[in-house]
Amino acid sequence: MIDSVEKLYKQIDELKNTPKTASTILVSLGTCGIAAGGNPVYEALKSAIADNKLEHVFNLVPTGCMGMCHSEPTIEVVHHATGERVFYGNVTPENASAVVNAGQGVAVGIPLLERSWYCPEDEEKVSDEQVQARIVLRNCGRINPEVIDEYLVNGGYTALAKVLTGMSPDEVVQKVLDSGLRGRGGGGFPTGKKWEFAAKQKEKTKYLICNADEGDPGAFMDRAVLEGDPHAVLEAMAIGGYAIGAEHGYIYIRAEYPLAIQRLQIAIKQAEAKGLLGKNIMGTGVNFTIELKYGAGAFVCGEETALIHSIEGKRGEPTFKPPFPAVSGLWGKPTIVNNVETYASIPAIFRMGIESFRKIGTEKSPGTKVFALAGKIDRMGLVEVPIGTPIRDIIFKLGKGCKYGKKFKAVQTGGPSGGCITTDNLDTPIDYDTLIALGSMMGSGGMIVMDEDDCMVNIAKFFLEFTLDESCGKCTPCRIGNRRLFDMLEMICDGKGTEDMIERLRTLANIIKDTSLCGLGQTSPNPVLSTMNNFMDEYLAHIKEHRCPAGVCTKLITYNINDNCVGCTLCARNCPVACISGEKKTKHVIDQDKCIKCGVCFNTCKFHAIDRV
Amino acid sequence: MACQNCEELDLIVKFPEKTAELDTYIDSLGLNNDMEHNRGLLIQCLHRAQHIFGYLPLEVQKHVSKKLSLHLSEVYGVISFYHYFTETPVGRYKINVCTGTACFVKGAGTVLEEFKRYLNLEQGETSADRKFSLGGVRCLGACSLAPVVMVNDKVYGNVTPKMVPEIINECK
Repeated sequence: MIDSVEKLYKQIDELKNTPKTASTILVSLGTCGIAAGGNPVYEALKSAIADNKLEHVFNLVPTGCMGMCHSEPTIEVVHHATGERVFYGNVTPENASAVVNAGQGVAVGIPLLERSWYCPEDEEKVSDEQVQARIVLRNCGRINPEVIDEYLVNGGYTALAKVLTGMSPDEVVQKVLDSGLRGRGGGGFPTGKKWEFAAKQKEKTKYLICNADEGDPGAFMDRAVLEGDPHAVLEAMAIGGYAIGAEHGYIYIRAEYPLAIQRLQIAIKQAEAKGLLGKNIMGTGVNFTIELKYGAGAFVCGEETALIHSIEGKRGEPTFKPPFPAVSGLWGKPTIVNNVETYASIPAIFRMGIESFRKIGTEKSPGTKVFALAGKIDRMGLVEVPIGTPIRDIIFKLGKGCKYGKKFKAVQTGGPSGGCITTDNLDTPIDYDTLIALGSMMGSGGMIVMDEDDCMVNIAKFFLEFTLDESCGKCTPCRIGNRRLFDMLEMICDGKGTEDMIERLRTLANIIKDTSLCGLGQTSPNPVLSTMNNFMDEYLAHIKEHRCPAGVCTKLITYNINDNCVGCTLCARNCPVACISGEKKTKHVIDQDKCIKCGVCFNTCKFHAIDRV
Repeated sequence: MACQNCEELDLIVKFPEKTAELDTYIDSLGLNNDMEHNRGLLIQCLHRAQHIFGYLPLEVQKHVSKKLSLHLSEVYGVISFYHYFTETPVGRYKINVCTGTACFVKGAGTVLEEFKRYLNLEQGETSADRKFSLGGVRCLGACSLAPVVMVNDKVYGNVTPKMVPEIINECK
């Protein structure tokens, strides 16, 4: 039990002075690491260490996501004597023991990965290869998220200690204001401003909410933080509670994230047991408790008023602002809603100091942003870059461009609410305002890369289908307008589009933007407008020529076998509907009535014998 | 009341031990006479009820509404709003094709079509023998393995339409 701040520092010192093993092996065991087979690797390492009786040399630690999803399962070996860090990717249970056998050296036969980041809190940037600066992800992949001591030894809960003993609530709010931190959930509203509004309210009961309802398909940074470093969020919430005068906080988390929920539950229990959360935190007389609330699969609940209704046990429909939640939120009380990543930045700000924090990022948006790179990119994963980094650096330096040498076409940021950014704008420094100027938005940080094989009309249709599904139905423009937009796009993709649809799409999209109540409706036509602005040629090809340039829209393409066919039967063997027939060594034929246009034959043929028209 | 003519008997009556499990959970939450307080517990009660019964038919909804002293209409309103809750029974094997953006651009659409064709089911349907349910799920967060299919708790990565029969054959 830590009942005073001095005791916290003392405990941290003791932990720091505990003798370490010569090396630590960190195994990335976030959801993606486990899905890629991380657990068997962990077990293999465990038995390799036990078999060789090397427990005194190697300390095996399960951690959260290291961000290198492209090479999962990944492990990192830290040799403490030299400070050397070795990253291995694509580790298998079979080759894992080589790491143990290599001792203090580097194991051969396992792919090595380079470290493309530095942690501004602990070290200086030493090379240009370090495009990433990790503040939010600092502990992810470095500590065991289920052991509070590992968080403590890295300076955990010292920010809270500093705040509770040396600062008044007003000073805390001022410090967050001065840091220039903006909401990382997408909107980019200054966090300090929100806190200031709530702190000014005279109500006795106030609430603090953490929005962990990460609904944007293709974004998984919040999950990584909650799975890899749950205490950072808890500590920040306690700081926020003190600043605005709230004694109770909620984390609203997706039910689809079982591992994050489990690790949060463990973290809350451990923090309460240590006296770092709950009643009379560290003997300072400050109280703050945190409770988990589960979402139930509604994208609109990422909107703060809808989220509040969901916590109240109602349908998650948004309501008109003002009154803002900071004035009247959960059960009518002043309430702050911040995103996971925003919270995770806060302890670092107090530990590093405002000056060092503001050195990273831009003048108007200091700090870093985590992005989830996915889609047709070579190196998928999580990256955390200073705000203001050119988009090109993120995609080509960190992501290494498109897979299989395909040509880059566009990157979608902001998920279903955002837009696409094309080659022309790749040198734009990434920031809330620059992205809005490009007709997209920062959003929660999903970055989906598309290559030459993606049809942009079809992409716009995909996002609208998502919005249709997720629209709560409260406002007519969003409920019916988006349906009409979708119908038109479907007709265009089916080759039934007419030229006047371009104008009708644009008009309707603007009406929906102007007349919807919440962020979901206001931004839902963005993918349509953005693809129309950047890829009008593709829309026109669908409408005028009934042709899908990327060869995706199934109603507009047919597959035929040409004279290059040598009768190798590969396509026929791979066809899922068995619609390709022909004798060995003779030209094959596709039965067009049965063909589902999946493209498997096109991709498997080694002789360029399949035409897509 | 449940229909007496079909097999679907009232779950609450049919499974007293499951009902007792749900009641123990709800009672442990500390209900009181404050409607607002009870309503705040509704969603977690429904999560637990669906976990216990597999789905949320009318009888279960009525039971929860009585326990929490809420109107049935409120309970139904919540269930019909959130995608996570289902009013129809699901199959033994819940096949979920990820329809997140990353999986979509990598061809999850053709995989889903192949599952539909192979199982002769539409998205959201359950086979007559209650063996398979076919659904879509918005992003499992395993984007590096896209396209991803999840069968109960097992994750299949880099799925192609060709792999569909193999995946189904493993469900035995």
